[in-house]
Amino acid sequence: MAARPIYFYGVKTMLSYVIRRILYLIPLLIAISIVVFLMIHLIPGDPVEIMLGEKGAAEDIARLRAELGLDKPLYIQYGKFFSNLLHGDLGRSIRNHNKVSKEIAASFPATIELTILSMIIATIIGVLAGVISAIKKYSWVDNLTMVGALLGISMPVFWVGMMLMLIFSWKLGWLPISGRIDLQTNLEAVTQFYLLDSILTRNWAAFKSTFLHLILPSLTLATIPLAMIARMARSTTLEILNQDYIRTARAKGLPEKVVIWKHVLQNSLIPVVTIIGLQFGSFLGGAVLTETVFARPGVGRLLINGILGRDFPVIQGAVLVIATFFVFINLAVDILYAYLNPRISYS
Amino acid sequence: MKKVISLLLVLVMLLGIAGVSSAEEPQYGGTLIYAHGADADALDPHMTLLGTSADIIVNVFDGLVRFERGTTKIEPALATSWNVSDDGLIWTFNLRKGVKFHDGTPFNADAVVFDIERQINPNHPYYLEGKFPYAGFSLGMIEKVEAVDEYTVKFTLKHPYAPFLKNLAMFATCIVSPEAVKKYGEEIFKHPVGTGAFIFEEWVKDDHITVVANEDYWDGRPYVDKVIFKVIPRNEVRLLELEKGNIHIMEGLNPTDIKKVKDNPDLKLLEQPGLNIGYIALHNEKKPFDNKLVRQAMNYAINKEEICKYLMKDQAIPARGPLPPTIWSYDDTLKGYPYNPEKAKELLKEAGYGDGFTFTLRTYSAPRGYNPVGARLATAIQQYLKEIGVNAEIEQLEWGTYIKEGKAGKHTAALFGWMADNGDPDNFLNVFFNSANQGSTNRAFYTNEKVDELLIKAQKLSDEKEREKIYKEVQKIVVEDAPFVFLNHMKQMLPMRTNVKNYVLYPTYNKFFHKVWLEQ
Repeated sequence: MAARPIYFYGVKTMLSYVIRRILYLIPLLIAISIVVFLMIHLIPGDPVEIMLGEKGAAEDIARLRAELGLDKPLYIQYGKFFSNLLHGDLGRSIRNHNKVSKEIAASFPATIELTILSMIIATIIGVLAGVISAIKKYSWVDNLTMVGALLGISMPVFWVGMMLMLIFSWKLGWLPISGRIDLQTNLEAVTQFYLLDSILTRNWAAFKSTFLHLILPSLTLATIPLAMIARMARSTTLEILNQDYIRTARAKGLPEKVVIWKHVLQNSLIPVVTIIGLQFGSFLGGAVLTETVFARPGVGRLLINGILGRDFPVIQGAVLVIATFFVFINLAVDILYAYLNPRISYS
Repeated sequence: MKKVISLLLVLVMLLGIAGVSSAEEPQYGGTLIYAHGADADALDPHMTLLGTSADIIVNVFDGLVRFERGTTKIEPALATSWNVSDDGLIWTFNLRKGVKFHDGTPFNADAVVFDIERQINPNHPYYLEGKFPYAGFSLGMIEKVEAVDEYTVKFTLKHPYAPFLKNLAMFATCIVSPEAVKKYGEEIFKHPVGTGAFIFEEWVKDDHITVVANEDYWDGRPYVDKVIFKVIPRNEVRLLELEKGNIHIMEGLNPTDIKKVKDNPDLKLLEQPGLNIGYIALHNEKKPFDNKLVRQAMNYAINKEEICKYLMKDQAIPARGPLPPTIWSYDDTLKGYPYNPEKAKELLKEAGYGDGFTFTLRTYSAPRGYNPVGARLATAIQQYLKEIGVNAEIEQLEWGTYIKEGKAGKHTAALFGWMADNGDPDNFLNVFFNSANQGSTNRAFYTNEKVDELLIKAQKLSDEKEREKIYKEVQKIVVEDAPFVFLNHMKQMLPMRTNVKNYVLYPTYNKFFHKVWLEQ
């Protein structure tokens, strides 16, 4: 049977589609938890000895092993891990004794702030560049944009970050070098989203400082997704420009502006949504590097510190949360895509 | 006549110092920003092993005793004087009067007893199982601790242990306010309350920690109003901030940037060998290293000067023996083993290995605190040994296995190193060379009864002069026996703005800001 568009099935079908997609998530999330759990066992060597390092005394090693339950059989360990997980308990950090769930909750806002801003930059500039390139196919604008996009995809994130920093902060002195906010600026943190906090408390000095500190990191983080989006937007726009209905629109004498805005741009956005969703993983991965280069607190830094400090509960917690987040973003994108594109089948 | 000359010299030096200090009158005020690569983990002195935490702790807390500025010698702090019983078991400390913790709690003998017991007595209401990583090392020898009166504390030790005094100067044994411990319970590590020169203000995780001047500090108010410990993970970014003047002092300089700092008129670089050593443990019970001559030959064959200067880019100095030169009791008459491949060949011939031999040299891969180049060090050593006809086959192991097998003595020769804890020579010599530590830290499996005897004797003496003599004797024996190839001591390097005044490096690497001032 041929697929039928969503409006044919109505809202009920859409709802059942969403529920079905959510149910599919359950095995996926369990699989993630198993992989994360096994992480500690897959690295070579004894995790406890690695955690305690050179000066670890024999009794401390035994104690920590018991504390982490590593002296028990694997399936019991996993059972405990999973039941704790259901209670939102990700354990305590080996290094600083803090609850891992608290550590993650404290560092997430900074990363989300950075990610959202980068996403906005990548989407707006990416789509505009792609569409303009397509319309001015093979012109110098097109060539320049596409060479730029190729460079954007190829350049390592930390290198881009360092270069932007050298040019705009170091040489020109326009923007701050590192950090999340100027150290001398006081901000009452309500939500931990500094931009939001400064608006809520009407602290415009803090808003300015936070915003200036965000510019280079979000540009850095945006480079790869921006380039991908630009290329995608260009190719879909080119495809649409060759469609019959565009020819028809032009033939019936519509102004070029209307053709582009109404018929081309709207339709070319659909595949771009998918790309944005897929790029979200690259945003989170890039956040690890960007946060390190620009000395911003966040989940990426938490993960890096966990790895450097051999703090397994923190690594497990951070990876778990990032993976889960990624899965849900993908779900949201799929649903949005289904909503935007009537040609998708739901059976 | 000599005495007169030396007296004159001392006078001239004193005048020189006086001249400098009158030209540079300390100024009060300002915010000093110090940047390091990683955030602190816990700010309770007893709950961390991390240097970045210790740097904040030593400014917020005091111990009973402390290190004299820039040395490993001991001077009074919260205790004004102390004495030790003849059998070395009973240590009595007279406490400073009129000192208050930052939360207003009076500092007295009860506070000391509370804080010590909290770490070592499992029945103490605020004891935390397994959360005091240093307590076993620093306080494990205590049998009991009592308050004799309000300002006198008595420690009874299980066995005589002279380095105890050094342990009490470590950051890990600083005294925490008992009322704060009761108030915050397990979360005390986020709320440091001490008696120190600075008062804790805020901690924004992975971003910065702020401390402010303690106006009532018993040793005088600090010069600066505020110190901010900022976290900037990457060395090169930290340097950019320093060059721009956004921060005042930074740790962790890339070796490629040393010249850049030295050439910049706005910056200065303080450097000093730290309390550490990098070495090769030659397994003294396995052929061919059971032969002293072979071990000596290995020491002569490797050009440590060159390794420190070129491979390690001037970040290290060559080791002449097991102790770094900045530690108390270091024997500066020791020559060690200067590079001499001819002599090495002769020794090998004498030992019956004139045609050389082949052995396995184990190494870890990543750089470590005492070795900035990781496995490349082993490759360099291999080249030097080839010149005297010795063939080193390099075997690289993953770190966890490496340490485990190193403790068990599975190696013939392996690269190791040590970062000291308390600034006492016992923390090097006893760790490496006491035969009782085979299976843990004696990785050369070195046995010398005379050395064992001397090391135990030195632990029991409380007379520092006598101890110094013994440690010098041990250094002589050990250098002669050459259980290790003594390689290098890493330098502590701290770039800072030239307007930072009166900063002194401590061999323990801790950063003290009490006496530091900013030229404005």
